[in-house]
Amino acid sequence: MSVSEPTILPSAVTAAHAARRTEIVSSLVAVGLALAVGAVLILAWGANPLTAYGALFDGAFGSWNSLAETLLRSIPLTFTGLAIAIAFRGGAFNLGAEGQLYLGATASAFVGLMLPGLPSLILIPAMMLTAMVVGALWSVLAGILKLRFGANELITTIMLNYIAIFLVAYLLRGPLQEAAGYLPQTERLAAAARFPNLIEGTRLHMGVLLALLAVVLTHVALWHTTWGFKLRVVGLNPRAALNAGINVTAITVSAFLLSGALAGVAGYMEVVGVQRRMIENLSPGFGYTGIIVALLGRTNPFGVLAAAILFAGLQVGGSTMQAASGVPSTLTTIVQALVVLFVIGRGAFDTLFARGKAV
Amino acid sequence: MDILAYLSDPVTVGFLQATTRLAIPIMLAALGGMFAERAGVLNIGLEGTMLSGAFVGFAVAFASGNLWLGVIGGMVAGAVIGLILAFYTVRLSSNQVVVGIAINLLMVGVTSYAFRALFGTGTNAPRVTPFPAIDIPLLHQIPLLGPLLFQQGALVYVALLLIPAAWIVVSRMAIGTAITAVGEHPAAAETLGISVNGIRTLCLVVSGLLAGLGGAFLSLSATGLFLDNMTAGRGYIALAILLLGRRNPWGVLAAALLFGGADAFQLRGQNLGIGVPYQFLVMLPYLLTVIVLIGFAEKVRDPAALGQPFQRHKAE
Repeated sequence: MSVSEPTILPSAVTAAHAARRTEIVSSLVAVGLALAVGAVLILAWGANPLTAYGALFDGAFGSWNSLAETLLRSIPLTFTGLAIAIAFRGGAFNLGAEGQLYLGATASAFVGLMLPGLPSLILIPAMMLTAMVVGALWSVLAGILKLRFGANELITTIMLNYIAIFLVAYLLRGPLQEAAGYLPQTERLAAAARFPNLIEGTRLHMGVLLALLAVVLTHVALWHTTWGFKLRVVGLNPRAALNAGINVTAITVSAFLLSGALAGVAGYMEVVGVQRRMIENLSPGFGYTGIIVALLGRTNPFGVLAAAILFAGLQVGGSTMQAASGVPSTLTTIVQALVVLFVIGRGAFDTLFARGKAV
Repeated sequence: MDILAYLSDPVTVGFLQATTRLAIPIMLAALGGMFAERAGVLNIGLEGTMLSGAFVGFAVAFASGNLWLGVIGGMVAGAVIGLILAFYTVRLSSNQVVVGIAINLLMVGVTSYAFRALFGTGTNAPRVTPFPAIDIPLLHQIPLLGPLLFQQGALVYVALLLIPAAWIVVSRMAIGTAITAVGEHPAAAETLGISVNGIRTLCLVVSGLLAGLGGAFLSLSATGLFLDNMTAGRGYIALAILLLGRRNPWGVLAAALLFGGADAFQLRGQNLGIGVPYQFLVMLPYLLTVIVLIGFAEKVRDPAALGQPFQRHKAE
C-alpha cells in the first residue's frame, strides 16, 4: 500500500507496477498452496483430490449456468469486500458487514412491501437507498462508539452483528412475517420490486453491473478524489493526518458510513435479485467472507472484485464437489482462510529476507 | 421475604449454578487474552482458539472415553493455535488483527470439516457425558457462594484455581514483571536482557492453553457435545471482559460472573416466558458487551505497546 505522491516520477510508476505484479504473483502462489493443503484434506477424507477439484471447477466455471451462478454469488461478496476495504483504508476494521447486510436487506424489503403500487424505476432505487441508509447508520454507530467512547470497533462491530441478526430474526417471526406465518420470512416482493434477469435461463441479474460500477466508483473515490487521499492518509498515519489539517473524525465517520452503505447494498442485492423477499438465513456469512475478500484483494477495488469472483467460485463449486465426491463443502472455507494466511505469510517472508540482506 | 429461603430455593440455586457455568468459558479465554495483552499482543484469535479447543476436546474425549484426556487435547490444540499466532505476529511482525481474524475464519472451517470427517453427517449428534457436579463438603451449603462456586463440575474448580495462580504469576513473580515490561516498553525490556519475542511467544502459547481450556469447557462441561461455531462470539466477548476486569485475574473473574449472570438470566427468561420475545433475551450478553465497552474503554489504560509488532533491529 503506497500513498500516491502529487508528482510521480516515471521510475516510481515502473516500481509500482512491479510491486503490483509481485502482489498478484504472490496471491496466485497463496491460492495454489491453499488448494494443495485442501488436496491433503480431501485425501484424508478418503476421496480423490483430482475428482473433487474437477467437480469444484466444473461447478464454478464449467458451463454458462455455473459461471452465471458464480457471478451471482460474487455480487454480495464484492459489496461486502468493498465495504471492508474502504474501512480498512481509513484505518478502521469493520467486522460488522454481516449485521449491516441483514438490517439493510430487511429495511429494503420492508420498503418494497410497503410501496407496492410504485413502478420499478422508482421502487428499486428507493429500496437500494433504504438499504444503504440503514446499513450506514448501523455501521456508523460503531464509528461513533469508537470516536466518542474509545470502544474498540473490532469488538463492537462483531457484537452489533449478533444484535442485528437477532433483531431481524424477531422481525421475521413477528411484525414482518408473511401472512401464512409458517416460515421466518416476509411476503414475496411484487414483480416491480425485483431485479430483471440479465441472461435468460440463469439467475444472474443486473446487480452484477451495479457491482462492477461500485468497483469503478470506489477505485475513483479512493485514488482520484481529495476525500480518498485524506482517507488513505488517515489510515496510514492518523497523527500525521491531524498535523496536516485533515479532519480525522469526519473522515473516519465517512469511512464507516460508506462501508455500512456498501454492506447494506450487499443484502439488498440478495433480496431483490435472488430471494425476492427477506428470509432469516439470507447470508451464508457474506459479511465475514468479505473480510478475507478485502484482504486477498489487498483492499484494492479491482483486487476485491477478482477475490470475490474467486471465492464465489469456490463456494458455488463447493456444493457441486460435495454432491459429486462427498467431500463437505466446508473444505472451501478452509481454503479461503488459508489463502489469506499464506498471503500474509508471503508478504512477511519478503520483509524478513529484505531485513536479512540489509543487515 | 426471608432472604435465606430465597437463596436456597432450587430455582435460585439453578440460576447461580448456571451463572458460573456460563461465565467460566469466557473467563478462561479472557484470562488467556490477559497474558497476551499484558505482553503487548492483541489476541483477536481467541474465538478460533476456543472453537478448536471445543472441537479437539470433544473429539479426544469421545474417542478415549476420558474427559480429562479431552481437556488436555483441547488445551494442546489451543497451544498450537497460540504458536501459529506467535509465528505470524512475533516472528513475521504481521498485523495482529488481520492474523487473528484469518485464524478465526480458518478454525470455523477446520472444525466443521474435521467434525464431519470424524463423526459423519448423520442427524444423531454424538455426545459425551459431561463432567458431573461435585459438591464440596460443607462449602456447598453456604448461601449464594455455595451454588455459585462449590456445586459445580470438576473443571469449574480447575478454572477457579487458575485465577489465583494467574494472579501470582503476573503480580508476584519476576516473569510477571518481565511480561509487563515487554508490553509497556519492549525496547527497554530488550536492553535489560529480556527476550521480547520469547516472552510474547510464551504468552501467546499460555493464551492458547487457557482459551483452548475454555473451549473444552464448552463441549465437555457445559454441554457434552460439539456444534458448528458453538463459541458464538465468546472469544470476542472475552476481550471486553478483559477490559472490564482491567486485565487483572480477580477483575476478570468478577466481570465474567457478571456476564454469566446476564446469560443465565436470559436463559431463565426464555424458559419462563416472561413476555419478551426470546430474540431480545438472547441479545442481552452482546448488548452488555457493547455497554461495557462504552463505559470502560477509556477508563482502562492499555499497555503502551499493545498491538505494535516489535522488531529488534529497530530497537533504540
